[in-house]
Amino acid sequence: MALLQISEPGQAPDPHQRRVAVGIDLGTTHSLVAAVRHGVVECLPDSQGQVILPSVVRYLAGGGRQIGGAALAAGVSDPENTIASVKRFMGRGLADVAGRDKLPYRFVEHGQGMLTLHTADGVKSPVEVSAEILATLRQRAEDTFNDDLYGAVITVPAYFDDAQRQATKDAAQLAGIQVLRLINEPTAAAIAYGLDNASEGIYAVFDLGGGTFDISVLRLARGVFEVIATGGDSALGGDDYDQALADWLLAQSGLRIDGPGDKAQLKAWARRTKEALSATDSVAVDGHLTLGRLQVEVQREDFEAVTAPLTARAMSAVRKTLRDAKLDRSDVQGVVMVGGSTRMPQIQRAVAEFFGKAPLNNLNPDEVVAIGAAIQANQLAGNDPAGDLLLLDVIPLSLGIETMGGLVERIVPRNQTIPTAMAQDFTTYKDGQTALALHVVQGERDLVADCRSLARFELRGIPPMAAGAARIRVTFTVDADGLLNVSARETGSGVEARIDVKPSYGLSDAQIASMLQESFSTAESDIKARALAEARVDADRMLLATQSALDADSALLDAGQRHEIDRLMDALRAVLAESQDAGQVEAATEALAKGTEAFAAERMNHSIQQALAGRSVESL
Amino acid sequence: MNLQSDDFELFGVPRRFAQDAAVLDARWKELQREAHPDRFSSQGPAAQRVAMQWSVRINEAYNRLRDPLRRAAYLCELAGASINAHSNTAMPAAFLMQQMHWREALEEAADSESLEALADRVARSRREALASCGEAIDTACDFPLAVEQVRSLMFIERFAAELDARIDAVQDAAGAWGRGQ
Repeated sequence: MALLQISEPGQAPDPHQRRVAVGIDLGTTHSLVAAVRHGVVECLPDSQGQVILPSVVRYLAGGGRQIGGAALAAGVSDPENTIASVKRFMGRGLADVAGRDKLPYRFVEHGQGMLTLHTADGVKSPVEVSAEILATLRQRAEDTFNDDLYGAVITVPAYFDDAQRQATKDAAQLAGIQVLRLINEPTAAAIAYGLDNASEGIYAVFDLGGGTFDISVLRLARGVFEVIATGGDSALGGDDYDQALADWLLAQSGLRIDGPGDKAQLKAWARRTKEALSATDSVAVDGHLTLGRLQVEVQREDFEAVTAPLTARAMSAVRKTLRDAKLDRSDVQGVVMVGGSTRMPQIQRAVAEFFGKAPLNNLNPDEVVAIGAAIQANQLAGNDPAGDLLLLDVIPLSLGIETMGGLVERIVPRNQTIPTAMAQDFTTYKDGQTALALHVVQGERDLVADCRSLARFELRGIPPMAAGAARIRVTFTVDADGLLNVSARETGSGVEARIDVKPSYGLSDAQIASMLQESFSTAESDIKARALAEARVDADRMLLATQSALDADSALLDAGQRHEIDRLMDALRAVLAESQDAGQVEAATEALAKGTEAFAAERMNHSIQQALAGRSVESL
Repeated sequence: MNLQSDDFELFGVPRRFAQDAAVLDARWKELQREAHPDRFSSQGPAAQRVAMQWSVRINEAYNRLRDPLRRAAYLCELAGASINAHSNTAMPAAFLMQQMHWREALEEAADSESLEALADRVARSRREALASCGEAIDTACDFPLAVEQVRSLMFIERFAAELDARIDAVQDAAGAWGRGQ
């Protein structure tokens, strides 16, 4: 990896080399991959010409699996092993999944608040199931471009908490995808619309997907996408409309369900009926459940009546988010509709009534998120040096720690622009106390019990002092992906503890590594040759970058530092000349990367300082 | 300029209370354009880390500069006049009386209209306190007076937050009824 290359910001080290960078919409009901091809951004089709991949994975006994359309078709006959809408389980424990008794899966509580699913091919975590979907899309992209994937921007609902974001990133890692950035789905939709329509002003993005509802308010100005506030309901989506209709159908028929096959059948009827009702006023449902024939005539008013509480929940979240943004509904210039569920007439009507203007529907609501992500991915990969897109996103939920009495002390309030770092001082409450337990939580409620627990860690080795004398500074850092890192430091003694807030989904880092290894174990000799070739390319790139950095800025180094870098470069050249082992080449490259890290950071600092200073002279 | 520069230096604006919100917003976006980690995403972890430090620092400065109360408190601290919000809670009697009246009004308010009326009164007090705080800092250079105003404003903001929560609750209830017909 070229650590030292400082060309124009955002420009690739080698202008002739285009990197394959894609946007992935990892959706509850379906997923898509999009990329910029020949200067045009588009969703990539599979070999059958389909751009939509149903987010369904079916596990077969003996390690086989079906992904997408084939798995979806098997959902009715083999519901237990056919995992659909797995996104709802990402970063979640059993207790978090509403209505799980209505789902056909065999859940296993894994501990640490994370659930897993029992299938014909053994126990699977939601991260693994999502990784299957991501790997399928990665393969599709690599087939399309006939090249390796450089990286992807993956979208998540704005309302996803830290555990759900981390789970998504882990799934990508498991699928062998480098995550360039996690971005929020509504923001991605705004990017797609902003570049198409060259819009300026305040926009709302109303995103009702299969399993989640997001509402975001953005300010668009000259290529800057500033998210002002975001809100929604992470457990509200088209699936709930299906479920409500399925329950109603069953009640009307007077039948009861018998087994998971009936549940899946009923849900499938409900979904088809819902979709048909977007175009017609009434639909006849007629089919067989285990215990008898179900015959019900559904009017659109019936459907709208049984789902009215769901629509009301969505509109209540819209009101709340506008209040957070300190804006009136009349300030909003346009409402972008995203997600297949916004096709429902009652949703279109509710939005039009609330904002007093017709919503924007001119891009395909299924594709718009992947398209926006692809535009961002193309720029992040350095393929678009002229691109001046800048995303200033916010953190969706407040972050804090537990204090005495089970109360939450908020450290980062919601809707803060990221990246951000915020600190708060705490103290010991007992004489001679030498350790402090920290419990990190996310949510808007005042009681710890009502918030999501993210991590626990301890600061140890505080020198014994009187109660209240120690000064412990707890710092929350949220990076541009919206992921949290927490550190605690006793300022008198300098004792420190930190934690990457990374919940366990039933997968340790070692397990992820071994699973990656397994997926590569086919055709081992090919893999070895390829790994060596890749390692050599990386090493050459690193040497070149280091040399050009030395040519430009060796004045920043003293003799000893310069000598050390020269030594590491020589060592890498020697390994390159002699070794046929990818591991050795990688290790020497890594050593050079590590040895030049401080130099790289110093150069970056200089270049940013110069850029900022240059700006302020200009504006005087 | 470096990471330790104060907020005003970083944003290249004069060190005073009076600020143009549009200028601050434009400067914020200009600075983020140069320093945001996304500008360096193809340049490795060391570059990302440095860019993130700058980006965090720019957001921190922007949050402080655009919020008049935090900006006033920051100017007092820079001038060596400590706010000491936790240890010093002595307030003028007239101010305490006003707070008591507000609390009574909040408890008695039964509907959206009376809550909104109270919100208007609170907003007016806030504007007046900010104006006198700005004058104390920019014109009179009377920092002890500015500190007193900052402390009053902290009370006012806390009360305004409670009031907002009440208004939210009332509006949510009304919204739910409106949809349930």
